[in-house]
Amino acid sequence: MAPQGGGGEMRGRHTAFYREHGVLRLSANLAAVAAATSLALLLLVPALALDFPVLTGRVVDDAGILDAGTRAALTQKLAEFEAKTSDQLVVVTLKSLQGTSVEDFGVELGRHWQIGQKGKNNGVLLIVAPNERKVRIEVGYGLEGALTDAVSRLIIENGITPRFRAGDFAGGITRGVDDIISVLTGDAAEWQQRAAKRPEPTTRWDSILVMLLVFFVFGFVFLTLVGTIPRNRGRGRSRDGWSSGWSSGSGSDWSSGSSGGFSDGGGFSGGGGSFGGGGSSGSW
Amino acid sequence: MSYASSVLRLARIPVLVACLGLLLAGCGVNNIPSYDEAAKAKWSDVLNQYQRRADLIPNLVETVKGYAAQERQVLEEVTNARARATQVQVQIPPDIVNNPEAFKRFQEAQAQLTGALGRLLAVSERYPDLKSNQNFLALQSQLEGTENRIAVARRDYIEAVRQYNTELRTFPGIIWASTLYKNNKPMETFTVAEDVKTPPQVKF
Repeated sequence: MAPQGGGGEMRGRHTAFYREHGVLRLSANLAAVAAATSLALLLLVPALALDFPVLTGRVVDDAGILDAGTRAALTQKLAEFEAKTSDQLVVVTLKSLQGTSVEDFGVELGRHWQIGQKGKNNGVLLIVAPNERKVRIEVGYGLEGALTDAVSRLIIENGITPRFRAGDFAGGITRGVDDIISVLTGDAAEWQQRAAKRPEPTTRWDSILVMLLVFFVFGFVFLTLVGTIPRNRGRGRSRDGWSSGWSSGSGSDWSSGSSGGFSDGGGFSGGGGSFGGGGSSGSW
Repeated sequence: MSYASSVLRLARIPVLVACLGLLLAGCGVNNIPSYDEAAKAKWSDVLNQYQRRADLIPNLVETVKGYAAQERQVLEEVTNARARATQVQVQIPPDIVNNPEAFKRFQEAQAQLTGALGRLLAVSERYPDLKSNQNFLALQSQLEGTENRIAVARRDYIEAVRQYNTELRTFPGIIWASTLYKNNKPMETFTVAEDVKTPPQVKF
């Protein structure tokens, strides 16, 4: 932040110069500020430097440890699971953790892909990094209550890592997916309750009324101010131009809510969910 | 004709106001309050996760006591550090994010608790019965998960504060900061040194 403070000081010292080359000086200042900001961005957010694999489907086998049959079977299972519960579960294998921890990579990847439905944050990632021998179940905010850290760890230690130790990646991942699905669908009453929770935000009519009122008050204030302007000034403009401008302005302001970016067809994308570091990790 | 034109004139006023509002919003007049609120929300999340950790500790201490009562020193250290951290958290002034001293006190109390917890988990390595206790395993994984959530919440807070502080000091935010939002001060953030500190590691 020091360079920006220095910029202000310099501007004070070179007032005469500033007066002469006002525009140049201002743009130079702006450039300095922009450079300092981008530098601060680079320094303070190293997590953004991670290179994430592309979300090609529900099973992203970046490390290439799964055969086509297992991939297809898993994809179908995960699609059925989402159709039933709206929870999004994605399996990802990584070539490399790029020097960070699997916990860090998991939460960043989950947020980057936006797994889980928007507003419900019901996404789960099963992450396998075979080269680092790390596995993690990354749980979205909305499922932390059902798929707790302790349960995630049990799934990893009882279902996944014993098979990984024997070199059976396909078996371990399949078992892990089965266990996660059985935990998340085990208690029907609970997940129905969960689906009912956190409804999409609806338009608040009372707040719109308040806004309209504010507009009218401002309108009258303007009336007194604009009233002194000669009458013939705005006559040339057509009525249509004004009315279309008004309607487009109000339409974009109050559209509320957004549906998740998920389509049930062949393509797959995250629904806008977010992650907060829930879940558990293991190694083998 | 003159009546119609005056109606037209009247109808234009709200349009002008709307345009002015959009123009102002385009200049980022709302950025400082929205970043301010975002950073405060992230701060609440940090507090929430620290509280979650504090809530796990009494159970953990009791479980370890059942198997390793002779490790009195470490157990007491954790209990005391938790008491201190809780006390600091209760006494948090409302302006903690703008108050370097209070912020430092909070951070130190939590760092002490992190250290004491690390020692407790390291000590429990020596007790095979404890390590195979289901209750202990569950608590341990919850504690690990909470440490991870704390790390994530802290990082989110640091990022939100960075955005807010940058807005206060750069164009065009600096214009609004020096006119409309004179009371908005830069926020405190966590020092990197403690953030880097590794969470308690447990091996099997």
